[in-house]
Amino acid sequence: MSELVRNIIRFILFILAQVYLLNQLHLHQYIIPYIYYLFILWLPFSVSRLGLLLIGFLTGLTLDYFSMQVGVHAAACTLIAYLRPFVINILAPKDSSEFNYREPSPRAMGWTPYLVYVLILTVFHHFYMTFLQWLQFGSFMDFLIKVVSTTGISMLLVITVELLFPRKMKFRTNTA
Amino acid sequence: MRNIFLFIRRYFTFLAFLAFQAAALYFLFNYNRFHRARGLGWANEITGRINSNYKSVDDFFHLKAENQRVHRMNDSLLNLLPANFMKLDTSTQLVRDTLPYDTLGNYRRYIWRNARVVYNTVNQQKNYIQLNRGHEQGIRDDMAVINSDGCAVGVVVNTSPNFSQVMSLLHVQSKRSVAMKRSGNNGTIEWDGKNPLYLTLKNIPKSDSVVKGDTVVTSINSSFPAGFMVGTVAEIVDDKSTNFYVLRLKTAANFFNLQQVHVIENLQFEEQTKLLEETKKRIDNENRNSP
Repeated sequence: MSELVRNIIRFILFILAQVYLLNQLHLHQYIIPYIYYLFILWLPFSVSRLGLLLIGFLTGLTLDYFSMQVGVHAAACTLIAYLRPFVINILAPKDSSEFNYREPSPRAMGWTPYLVYVLILTVFHHFYMTFLQWLQFGSFMDFLIKVVSTTGISMLLVITVELLFPRKMKFRTNTA
Repeated sequence: MRNIFLFIRRYFTFLAFLAFQAAALYFLFNYNRFHRARGLGWANEITGRINSNYKSVDDFFHLKAENQRVHRMNDSLLNLLPANFMKLDTSTQLVRDTLPYDTLGNYRRYIWRNARVVYNTVNQQKNYIQLNRGHEQGIRDDMAVINSDGCAVGVVVNTSPNFSQVMSLLHVQSKRSVAMKRSGNNGTIEWDGKNPLYLTLKNIPKSDSVVKGDTVVTSINSSFPAGFMVGTVAEIVDDKSTNFYVLRLKTAANFFNLQQVHVIENLQFEEQTKLLEETKKRIDNENRNSP
């Protein structure tokens, strides 16, 4: 399967899971599980920074139109798409000049750097998104609790997804 | 000049980031002011189609409960049929055009249309409901939506040709006028964005003797027809600083499994809003003219 087809299928699956599964759940007023932004975190290393921004914006906008609050997710997704290359640069293994794998994963980066990578971007995503919602309605305490609890449940979901669907990734060699 | 181009080339990604952010924030805050989102009209057509496909599968699992509700509603309506009553005097009969009047000569004020819910959430702070009827089927903004139990659900805020969006009562910006069934006192219901089982009712004066379990119904001041159930009083908060109660309402409609709803058109709505605006204008003018 080519890279493009794989990512398109992923995009559709993530959006459907978010819209029809997670948005329909009512766990608690503070706990809203989010998983769709993992699509942006899973994009290949080879995507240019401008491409990342565009994909991030479109991903957010798609979810926005489904949840009928236009702008919130688009803004948050653009932010994490912009920050993604910086975070990867910080966490890149120092001994090799290039990554041996095609996209960020626990196998490509190691579990700890990968989880730090996911955690940083998750916090940015939820903080910014909740902040935009808080500007319109809500108290400050609600805002803080929501950021922490939503980040917690999202991290739990990401780890579950990583364990349930380990991505088999080919080692990138010079011959290929 | 060259430096400007160099600057743009160097920071192109950052500038693109700012542009995307600006676009997203423009969408977000523009929506709040005018109740409308950019492109929500055509996006509504697409998401509506996908949602109704999904819903046709999902509906299957709720058929039984929905059937019971519909049956109950039918039962109560059948009781209202004229065939159930007998007239004492049948010798005279007045024949009229039946559309604007009923048999007693009353004007028709509300038209009911049925619709199906294709998407609904309860876990956001701003919950919207998407219906499979749009302005081609006669749905307009500000029409009231009532579920198959006859309980208030929300108000239409946006329509596309075949789908429409309803601002649920579970929306932090929703403010609807309601009345206590027992005393007829008017109040406003809001939602605090927390528990989807409870609404907040304000502006009921303390002279009203409210008790737990009192019924709250829709009032004539809103786009709803009067007398449809909104909820029951679950908790009375005695706010010492004002002369009004703050009441917690248990919602009468179950927002978790909405399926079939009625959209109600108020035929006098335009006349009412026009009168209201003209009155406001006239009062303003008088205030301006008087010293």
